[in-house]
Amino acid sequence: MNKYGKITLNGLVTNNATFKLVLGTCATLGLSSSAMNGLGMGLSVTVVLLLSNVVISLLRKLIPSTVRIPAFIVIIATMVTLLRMFLFKFLPDLYEAMGVFLPLIVVNCMILGRAEAFASKQPVLDSAVDGVATGLGFTAALTVMGIIRELLGNGSFFDIKLWDFTIGFFSNSAGAFFVYGICIALFVFITDAVDKNIRAKRAQALRVPTGDEPLDPVDDPTAKEEA
Amino acid sequence: MFTNILLIVIAAVFSQNFILVKFLGICPFLGVSKRTSNALSMGLAVTLVMVIATLVTWPLYTYVLVPLEIEYLEIIFFIFIIAALVQMLEKLIQKFFPALYNTMGIYLPLITTNCAILGVAELVLTPDLTSIIGSAGADIMMNLGFALLYALFAGVGFTLAMVLMGGVRERVEKLPVAKCAKGFPITMIIASFMAMAFYVFTLIAF
Repeated sequence: MNKYGKITLNGLVTNNATFKLVLGTCATLGLSSSAMNGLGMGLSVTVVLLLSNVVISLLRKLIPSTVRIPAFIVIIATMVTLLRMFLFKFLPDLYEAMGVFLPLIVVNCMILGRAEAFASKQPVLDSAVDGVATGLGFTAALTVMGIIRELLGNGSFFDIKLWDFTIGFFSNSAGAFFVYGICIALFVFITDAVDKNIRAKRAQALRVPTGDEPLDPVDDPTAKEEA
Repeated sequence: MFTNILLIVIAAVFSQNFILVKFLGICPFLGVSKRTSNALSMGLAVTLVMVIATLVTWPLYTYVLVPLEIEYLEIIFFIFIIAALVQMLEKLIQKFFPALYNTMGIYLPLITTNCAILGVAELVLTPDLTSIIGSAGADIMMNLGFALLYALFAGVGFTLAMVLMGGVRERVEKLPVAKCAKGFPITMIIASFMAMAFYVFTLIAF
């Protein structure tokens, strides 16, 4: 797998911001009441993350490390201000739905986290890929939670009414915490199982030869060096 | 007047609780709620910064940004003011109240990126009280007094939720929880039950 594939997989699944690292929780709980809101919030964060990662990566050699955190925050705040103006003008419905969580994208720990851990050290293209991958991982998580909560709490799927049966619990704040908790537990359960499976396969492939069978030349590092 | 104050207090502490109903400040709620004592210190630190931040941001928005028609700069201004305030407060407490610094000082730097602070600064920027106490507040103008009252009691509500969670988590840590549900998932589910209890307060009416 090449470098960009690795960065993408890392952002989307292995270090999924929502389910694995549990970052940006306020926005996740607040905007997952419907699939559309989750998708809108996720994509908004993705755009901010992409822009801030690119700008921070471009300026990484100019920003002195002692004042890097304030500098990052100003860059992120500027991006959020631009996004806010854009949504107010072109997507007023989403602007209304996001409410106070729109300015609060500034203090979303996921964005500052990627700036500090990745964009301030890596070249521009890598940072851009990382921003999009992390953002889409967040978007996917929010959309999944939004779909679950909307189906059970409102009986609809992306605002299309499916049935009249609704459970009010899931559209309330209590339902948000509950669905989030269950989703993290499931994610941990599935990734642990997959991880164990991969490890078992790898261990089998690398099993120590018993002595009867000859060493596989491809697996032998000395053989590779000679070649 | 008295009814309004009471309504704001009930809304801020219970029915619109910052953590359990509005989902603001979830990071410290998950991160610093393992012990009741830590939760209390963090809650008090957040309350203090909330009130002081509102004391600066509300007048700044109303008397500077709005007359100059540069409201769109609010996010950048607010985040800078909060960061600077937290830094100053940390130094002041360290110098004059060393005992207090030892209990809540370590939490202060974390507060800059706490959405509850920026959240309260943004939420009080409304012309009237509708968004806080419902239709009863439609013809009551927002002023600095109401803003500070709301910030103070939002902090109290935040502290209440933190301390309750700390108490529950101290006990849950000792229980045999399924491996995949340890840590965050079980905390979220406890929070869900707490949110259900707080939901009842939304039925309070005058």
